Amino acid sequence: MSRLLAGSLALLLLGLVVGGAFGALILAAPRLEAGDLFTDPYLRHVVLFTIFQALASTILSVGLALPVARALARRETIPGRAVLLRLFSLPLVMPTLAAILGIVAVYGHAGLLNQAATALGLAPGQYLYGLSGILIAHVFFNLPLAVRLLLPAWRAVPGESWRLASQLGMRSGDVWRVIEWPLIRQILPSVSGIIFMLCFTSFAVVLTLGGGPAATTLEVAIYQALRLEFDLGRAVALSLAQIGLCAAIIGAVQMLGREVPLTPALGRVSDRPDLAGVAGRVFDTAAIAAAMTFVALPMIMLLSAGLDGPLAAVLADPQLWRAISRSLTVAVLAAALALALGAAMLILARELRLRRGRPRGAAAIELAGSLTLVVPPLVLGAGLFVLLSPVADIYAVGLALVTVVNAVMGLPYVLRVLGPAMDRTARRYDRLCDGLGVRGWNRLRLVEWPSVRREAGLALALVAALSVGDLGAIALFGTQDTETLALLLYRRMGAYRLDAAATTALVLLTVCLALFAGIERVVGGRAATRS
Amino acid sequence: MPQLVLESVEFRYEDMVMSFGLRVESGECLAIVGPSGGGKSTLLALIAGFERPLSGRVLIDGADVTFLPPAARPVSLLFQEHNLFAHLTVFDNVAIGIHPGLRLDDESRARVTGALNAVGLEGLERRRPAELSGGQRQRVALARSLVRRRPLLLLDEPFAALGPAQRREMMTLVDDLRASHRLTVLFVTHQPEDAWHWAPRTAFVHEGRIIAVDGTRRLFVTRTVPEIDAYLGWMRFGEA
Repeated sequence: MSRLLAGSLALLLLGLVVGGAFGALILAAPRLEAGDLFTDPYLRHVVLFTIFQALASTILSVGLALPVARALARRETIPGRAVLLRLFSLPLVMPTLAAILGIVAVYGHAGLLNQAATALGLAPGQYLYGLSGILIAHVFFNLPLAVRLLLPAWRAVPGESWRLASQLGMRSGDVWRVIEWPLIRQILPSVSGIIFMLCFTSFAVVLTLGGGPAATTLEVAIYQALRLEFDLGRAVALSLAQIGLCAAIIGAVQMLGREVPLTPALGRVSDRPDLAGVAGRVFDTAAIAAAMTFVALPMIMLLSAGLDGPLAAVLADPQLWRAISRSLTVAVLAAALALALGAAMLILARELRLRRGRPRGAAAIELAGSLTLVVPPLVLGAGLFVLLSPVADIYAVGLALVTVVNAVMGLPYVLRVLGPAMDRTARRYDRLCDGLGVRGWNRLRLVEWPSVRREAGLALALVAALSVGDLGAIALFGTQDTETLALLLYRRMGAYRLDAAATTALVLLTVCLALFAGIERVVGGRAATRS
Repeated sequence: MPQLVLESVEFRYEDMVMSFGLRVESGECLAIVGPSGGGKSTLLALIAGFERPLSGRVLIDGADVTFLPPAARPVSLLFQEHNLFAHLTVFDNVAIGIHPGLRLDDESRARVTGALNAVGLEGLERRRPAELSGGQRQRVALARSLVRRRPLLLLDEPFAALGPAQRREMMTLVDDLRASHRLTVLFVTHQPEDAWHWAPRTAFVHEGRIIAVDGTRRLFVTRTVPEIDAYLGWMRFGEA
């Protein structure tokens, strides 16, 4: 009974928040017509640009990730491989704004690249603002993600395949065509889909690097309609367009590719026939080195610019510390809320799937938890804005709303990280627990928690880090009195105080990573650092 | 009174319809053999309460337990694997059989220690399952079934992954515990010699039915049931 109750309550709460926001948008839009999307030239431009930049970002990220992932898969013993993989996990949790400042420090007007060009006697170019800036930033975030998502495909190759390939005398190209590509092709749609969605709903990158109305995406347009133009009708139209397009894209991705379970095989890559070739070695090394430089350079530049900045003055500013404490409070609460909602929903889904023979019900619940993919944070925020502004002072309850939006945003991560561990626990221990009468609180305390603690810690840390770095919700609801660290940084960037901004960005990055590592260690326990 | 009675217990798994009838006397050691997929594990799961029959009754000590949840039945079932919680110590893995929330008084602690001694694991209380051998792990599970004081012990091939010598050792232990704790034991096995050595009686399960129950030696030697011959791989005259 209680196994069903908690999950049902969580679903109800999620339904109230998302449904309320969505309903408010629909109700506020009686006078809008779907045709506006195609006739209003501004709307049409925004929609087309949003799709175009996401498509270009996805093609670049995945296309560049393929040779890097293949190189990493082939060269298991290449020096720096472990460091690179660790480095590649950073962009996922790194605050977007901090990364953007690093990117500005490399590709910006006064950045490393232009300095080098000047030193070589070349004319400095303007690389950054507009489409090129958006693409560079999106590749910076998504190339590492694509590599990490693609790598398991190689681990799923059975050892016999490599030995067989060696016996048959296959060359590198044959190996690619016969063994690697068929596996990659199966996961490529879902990998591309994830990255396309991330770029499609990207907010902070476009807001800061877009550089004007020519390069605006739906998310940014929603923000501008709400915060700058106070045009509720336009915000609603944009939000509905965003939801419709997201739903269509997710549907297309689901149709194109199924989630293929990749089981790690016991294959030894050293049995591959194409490891000795010189050309392959040079190519792989170059691919890895280039990827490493591309990802590490902005981080290094952020570090040096941040330390060069007015560190003492920034740290002495009481505004900074108030912002930090707000950011931490919001992050910890959002993470706890997301974990509670996610765990309750997973327990319900698991009960339906494993004990009551209702796998479809279970899948529906898990899909509901991933709704935020269709209703991105800015849209969710816009809905809550429309819903609550008649009855409450939006800015007074701003931080509470930011917490809720961040928690809902983090829910898909909780489900993804925690779900497999909870399922595994159930498959392993359900009968044992039933036989021994271990249930309810005892089961939660003695069986579930110790078994999934590590994953729970990781999920909490992820949501907390994303929340600290998030600019979307706080940009909508934040004021000077409720300024979080990310918003403070955005304001400093807007005021062109770039040296102070770089230092603030460094503080933001430090807070974010410290929070991530702290939560993962404290909650996940010693086991979290093992693995 | 028989310890265990199955009265035409019907069950359906995918498109296989099963129907079991069985009587086991108190203190018996009964082997359950038969080809894979014939329903041996399902038979034990029905007795332990992990599966609910479509019709029929399960009686233990004369009481109808057909609708009791697993924990309320006077039964312990040892699985092939995952009998222990990987994160709990040996001591806690046994103790959780006494109290599902691990709240123990001194007397219960002494019982846990006593059970661990009885299965030959003294001194290993603080280890975790990963630090034990396969045989030791199943000993912990046996110790837990002892502290639970359930008269009916069901073994679903818990020793299948062990080598012949260890398997013999574990079966000797089970048989000793059966005698000293007055248990009734049903064990599923893939090794006819296990049944031959340890079980005075054997039930042969084939395609969802117990097609023969008899003294083990008679069952294997008189060769009146063609399915058993086929299972054992013995040829009959005139077939070759």
